[in-house]
Amino acid sequence: MVTIERDKDVCRLSIDGEMTIYTAAELKGKLLPALQGCTEAELDLSRVAEMDTAGLQLLVLLKREAAAAGGRFRFVSHSKDVLEVLDLCNMVGAFGDPVVISSTAG
Amino acid sequence: MNLDEALQTFIVESRELLQDLEQALLRMEDEAPTADTINAMFRAAHTIKGSAGLFGLDDIVSFTHGVESVLDRVRGGELLLDGELASLFLSCCDHMGALVDQVVSGSDGDAELAAAGNALTARLKAYLGGPEAQPQPQAKVPQQREQKLEASGGGEVETDSWHISLRFGRDVLRNGMDPLSFIRYLGTLGKVVSLSTLTEAIPAAAEMDPESCYLGFEIRFKSDADKAAIEGVFEFVREDSEIHILSPRAKISEYVELIRALPEEDLRLGEILVKCGSLTPAELEQALRLQSGAPPGAGEAGGRQIGDILVDEGVVHPPVVEAALAKQKQTKDSKASEGQFIRVDAEKLDHLINLVGEMVIAGAGANLAAQRAGAAELLEATSTLSRLVEEVRDSALQLRMVQIAATFNRFQRVVRDVSRELGKDIGLSISGGETELDKTVVEKIGDPLMHLVRNSMDHGIEPSDVRVSRGKPAKGTVSLNAYHDSGGIVIEVADDGGGLKREKILQKALEKGLVAPGQSLTDREIHQLILEPGFSTAEQVTNLSGRGVGMDVVKRNITALRGTIDLDSEEGVGMTIRIRLPLTLAIIDGFLVGVCDSSFVVPLDMVVECVELTEAERRAARDNSYINLRGEVLPFLRLRELFELPGQPGRRENIVVVRYGGQKAGLVVDRLMGEFQTVIKPLGALFSNIRGIGGSTILGSGEVALILDVPGLLQQVVSREAHSKAPAGGGLVHAKG
Repeated sequence: MVTIERDKDVCRLSIDGEMTIYTAAELKGKLLPALQGCTEAELDLSRVAEMDTAGLQLLVLLKREAAAAGGRFRFVSHSKDVLEVLDLCNMVGAFGDPVVISSTAG
Repeated sequence: MNLDEALQTFIVESRELLQDLEQALLRMEDEAPTADTINAMFRAAHTIKGSAGLFGLDDIVSFTHGVESVLDRVRGGELLLDGELASLFLSCCDHMGALVDQVVSGSDGDAELAAAGNALTARLKAYLGGPEAQPQPQAKVPQQREQKLEASGGGEVETDSWHISLRFGRDVLRNGMDPLSFIRYLGTLGKVVSLSTLTEAIPAAAEMDPESCYLGFEIRFKSDADKAAIEGVFEFVREDSEIHILSPRAKISEYVELIRALPEEDLRLGEILVKCGSLTPAELEQALRLQSGAPPGAGEAGGRQIGDILVDEGVVHPPVVEAALAKQKQTKDSKASEGQFIRVDAEKLDHLINLVGEMVIAGAGANLAAQRAGAAELLEATSTLSRLVEEVRDSALQLRMVQIAATFNRFQRVVRDVSRELGKDIGLSISGGETELDKTVVEKIGDPLMHLVRNSMDHGIEPSDVRVSRGKPAKGTVSLNAYHDSGGIVIEVADDGGGLKREKILQKALEKGLVAPGQSLTDREIHQLILEPGFSTAEQVTNLSGRGVGMDVVKRNITALRGTIDLDSEEGVGMTIRIRLPLTLAIIDGFLVGVCDSSFVVPLDMVVECVELTEAERRAARDNSYINLRGEVLPFLRLRELFELPGQPGRRENIVVVRYGGQKAGLVVDRLMGEFQTVIKPLGALFSNIRGIGGSTILGSGEVALILDVPGLLQQVVSREAHSKAPAGGGLVHAKG
């Protein structure tokens, strides 16, 4: 459910499925190592069907770790469910990734 | 946040508020003010002051503060709003408007303006009894802020929202509860005004347990629900989470406790509270100062520093600006519910109208092609299309239409001020304010109207004693009226004054050499003389009018709008000035006629009828330039001769009878080609001196057709008739060219 494509230093990750308490541990185990040694990484969220607090925490963690390591890490193609959560928590600005403004975005 | 944009909003809103304020004050002169009106006035002044403070417009803040203080006393019933105070407020409105204009022009403090402001402030002060209530009008803004804070009462926080701090327990997720769903549920009880997610508690990657919850939230929440209901939302997580709920109007000390109780750093937390809008920076500073009061020494310095940092870093600005804009938006929303309006850039509308114009031309082209091809289906389709285009055109033009009421209402103030200045008792009556006309026309009609109204008040309406001796009511009346009439709009400025003095005008005209001695003129022609340059019959030159410049400028302005001006006066009874304007400047319904190979467009609303010129009439008409139309003398023009077109008239000729402003004439043409929607394209400067042509248009076939300036042609006919030895029928002669 995590696809990792590595092209030299650029890493393309994508998650297919849910980002919830049920998957958080597994996702953390796969995503964090994948980011190691990347100067640039992209996480495709287009196929994230569901997200809860655990998922959101994970995103925050990934972003923070990547920044600490000095790499660039973007979230792209946010799915509707992801955007809803980011909007609810007012985190779109904090992550700073371009998103497609949905009608619920405020 | 784009401050420039916000400033624009401020300027627009302030102007609107000032206008409302002025209207309210003027209404008050006729009827006793209601509590609502006074409240509305106070709010207007308050909003202007508040918003101006955000942009650091100290001049406006300090001046408006004085106005607001006096209004506050009026609101509290301590002062009576009498005529004198109302006048003072009106002057204050003007001054505030001038200050706003100064912001627009970006110019720095104008000494004259400042002096005027000080004088007004001094007068306002006189209304503010006790010295303790005395505001410091020249005080700096920060001081004012503090005052305001005190005014809000007993250290309460100025917010109408709840503040909720949430730190979820580590095991919340594992217990099968999702904090996000609590927030979603909270949203059903009211409105989450703003929310900050705190992520600092998430430990480094190695220690972080993805199944633990580390998040916290600071929420500003607007709701009518009571505290128990809000607490109820978090019932299931209360055990192991930290939840603080502060009611609206909580004491600053409660916030201090909150800041102290929560795990995050004070500074970070303070910023978040400000960002949520729960605390203003001033309140936060106060809170931090209060807090620093407890731990001694170092805490003191730390507390102060935090406040300073916030102010220095300009953290204060964006949230407060946002809050103020939100507030402005609220007032706007309530206004919008009264009349559902959208502000649209005038340029966008112009563009739309242009496109519709092109569409009209293209549609006409398609129609022509369909007719040539003779395909029935195509014809049907194009006729449907042209009907739709016509509707689109009408609604597009309708978008530009505004009611004239706003322009008319401005004159309430003018009439009031001028009547005081002149020492005459004059009222203004307005009717037909709902009449709509093109925005560009409305914008341009203001100045001419102003001149006419002032003229009527100055010269038209007699002093009260004269009026009474003439058996008229002592109070004079100027009335403004507007109505639609045959494809145009008529605006009337009328007064019940002395009217024009025929003999005096004639005498003056002779002096100025405008008429030759012995020339016989109709009343109407004499009246029109006052529109000539340099003409004034006022015995004395007053401040307002009588300098002999004016009426001709009015006439020129009106003519530039393709309109006409017309006077109707009866000595001793009054005068009515009638301005006729086209509804729009862009598109007209035209009647297409042909002479030789050229096509001309006559505005359809001026066409009365078309008649064939009979052989007998043609013979008779060779010598005379008029025909007998059902017993009426009808002067006519031959377009062929007028425009010196080549070729001989065909076997058949037609006369198009046109009428404008009470005059009728015929235009002799070769062919009648039917109705045609016309987009008016202005002629270049090169052609500006050509008489009889008002513009050009492009036909469906791509050819250019000239639009006839019917009023201009009628004038030519009339002046020709006046100068030739016209028979008895010359009674048609009205105006002089």
